[in-house]
Amino acid sequence: MGRYVIRRLLQMIPVFIGATLLIFLMVHVMGDPIAGLCGERQCDPATESRLRQEFGLDRPVWQQYMTYMGHVFSGDFGTAFNGQKVIELMASAFPVTLRLTLVAVAFELVVGVVLGVLTGLRRGRPVDTSVLLLTLVVIAVPTFVTGLLAQLVFGVTWRIVQPSVSYTAPLGELILPGLVLASVSLAYVTRLTRTSVAENARSDYVRTAVAKGLPRHRVITRHLLRNSLIPVVTFIGTDIGALMGGAIVTERIFNIHGVGFQLYQGILRQNTQTVVGFVTVLVIVFLLANLLVDLVYAVLDPRIRYA
Amino acid sequence: MTIIDNTTADVPSGPLLEVRDLHVEFHTRDGVAKAVNGVNYSVSAGETLAVLGESGSGKSVTAQAVMGILDMPPGRIPRGEIFFRGQDMLKMSNEERRLIRGQKIAMIFQDALSSLNPVLSVGYQLGEMFRVHLGLSKKEAKARSIELMDRVRIPAARERVNDYPHQFSGGMRQRIMIAMALALEPDLIIADEPTTALDVTVQAQVMDLLAELQREYHMGLILITHDLGVVADVADKIAVMYAGRIVETAPVHELYKRPAHPYTRGLLDSIPRLDQKGQELYAIKGLPPNLTRIPAGCAFNPRCPAAQDICRTEIPALLSVTERDGTELPGRGSACHFWKETIHG
Repeated sequence: MGRYVIRRLLQMIPVFIGATLLIFLMVHVMGDPIAGLCGERQCDPATESRLRQEFGLDRPVWQQYMTYMGHVFSGDFGTAFNGQKVIELMASAFPVTLRLTLVAVAFELVVGVVLGVLTGLRRGRPVDTSVLLLTLVVIAVPTFVTGLLAQLVFGVTWRIVQPSVSYTAPLGELILPGLVLASVSLAYVTRLTRTSVAENARSDYVRTAVAKGLPRHRVITRHLLRNSLIPVVTFIGTDIGALMGGAIVTERIFNIHGVGFQLYQGILRQNTQTVVGFVTVLVIVFLLANLLVDLVYAVLDPRIRYA
Repeated sequence: MTIIDNTTADVPSGPLLEVRDLHVEFHTRDGVAKAVNGVNYSVSAGETLAVLGESGSGKSVTAQAVMGILDMPPGRIPRGEIFFRGQDMLKMSNEERRLIRGQKIAMIFQDALSSLNPVLSVGYQLGEMFRVHLGLSKKEAKARSIELMDRVRIPAARERVNDYPHQFSGGMRQRIMIAMALALEPDLIIADEPTTALDVTVQAQVMDLLAELQREYHMGLILITHDLGVVADVADKIAVMYAGRIVETAPVHELYKRPAHPYTRGLLDSIPRLDQKGQELYAIKGLPPNLTRIPAGCAFNPRCPAAQDICRTEIPALLSVTERDGTELPGRGSACHFWKETIHG
């Protein structure tokens, strides 16, 4: 098991370098960050060259990348053009998004898996058909529609929740945004679990478990569920990364000052340091989430552990 | 002559298991597949019944009905009775049947790799029998599991109890299946093609082990197979199935010597023999029937070399087989209009 973990950790290094380099180059192609600083007018050449020198923009791209990486590893993500430390932005944004993601993942795990098992065991029955139809609707409707609709209905018409999340974003206020953020993935988790459960329910080892005279609940929880959850765990794990970086729409709708909000601002203002910094951290989060998936995977399936 | 159930013939104390006029059908998109169409057989303690037939003959479906592990729906049992120690299991509640499974009747499946749960250790899967049925603690169950693994001669059982199914060889996995079936010392074991997935050399070892344990615990054994070679040494009696019916019953050695049904004869003739080296191997022509459209009359008639007009219209009943002079042959029966010609031919 130890060797397995080390191997997985080493595999993360090239992925990390490749991904960050790609982002760095992409942002570089996006445009000249100095050009937009002085508004409509052309910048004063002297100021421009001073800024370029100060931010190291006069050096070749690969040097810029190396310098940046060096700083990142010493915990310095640079300074945004407005003078704010990027690390400070992160310190305020990431905890908020992490809370939001946790709420979303909790919904996926609990609601998605329960619905999936329920429908997987009752394939073709009314429960199955209605849940299936519902997931189709959820997948088909874009998040900004479900988000705005949920905000309007629960926040404005019924006044059950605050339509806009306050700056500190306490957990209670994140339940509705979390559900909106999870909705599409939740539908996928439901379908994935359903297929997996239905498939495994016909498997030989479940038949053996029944032939052993085990009670039905034991057949389902000990034998069927554990095997069925393997693909679901993979999906949810990779989804953690996607949820953290992809909450832009949800965070905008509910006015949550998280990662998505900061990224959006950063891109809008061509704030290179902010964008690259945030994305670099997201890459790390994504890699760690994947590592976690692989570890859980190995716990769930001994065939991988001993491979 | 009357319709007989020859398999009950010489049992004084009453059989352990008795299947009477069992019918099983499956509702499929193509119509109703009649998998089992009136099967009668019985097994006593210490006795081995071999059920022989091609795939689709209904031999496994009958066993699953006995075990109570048929998928219903799409499966359905429109008619029949399955008596275990005199009680009709088809009239029992789900819970009553569950308590019989594993404790009184156990089953061994064909492919041990897919039949064992890949993510649970063999010790867990064996121990589960003791924990669920006997309420033993984890520790006690583990000790009993090691004993069991020793019993089926798995080397280094103590070290291997925490291993997973994929870490064992095919023969060892099947031994684990046997151990699991044996755990609570059931009265009856149903083995559904227990050696089909194994190497020929391992086949004999596993079969011998099964036969030995059966003798030791005085269990009834139903051995389902399509392999005539497997049954010869272990079985007491054979029931040959075709298209959901038993077409011939006989004590094991008599069947080999003098088959009383053209289908059985065809099966025996298609075994490769050394003295026929170089000659073309015999094969029964045609294919087993589609179970949604079983031919009228005798189901075997389209493939039978001796088929007459009556075979296409009338279903032959399983009748007792006699010598030329009329003396009864105990335990023998044939569902062929022309059994006389076939056996005495």
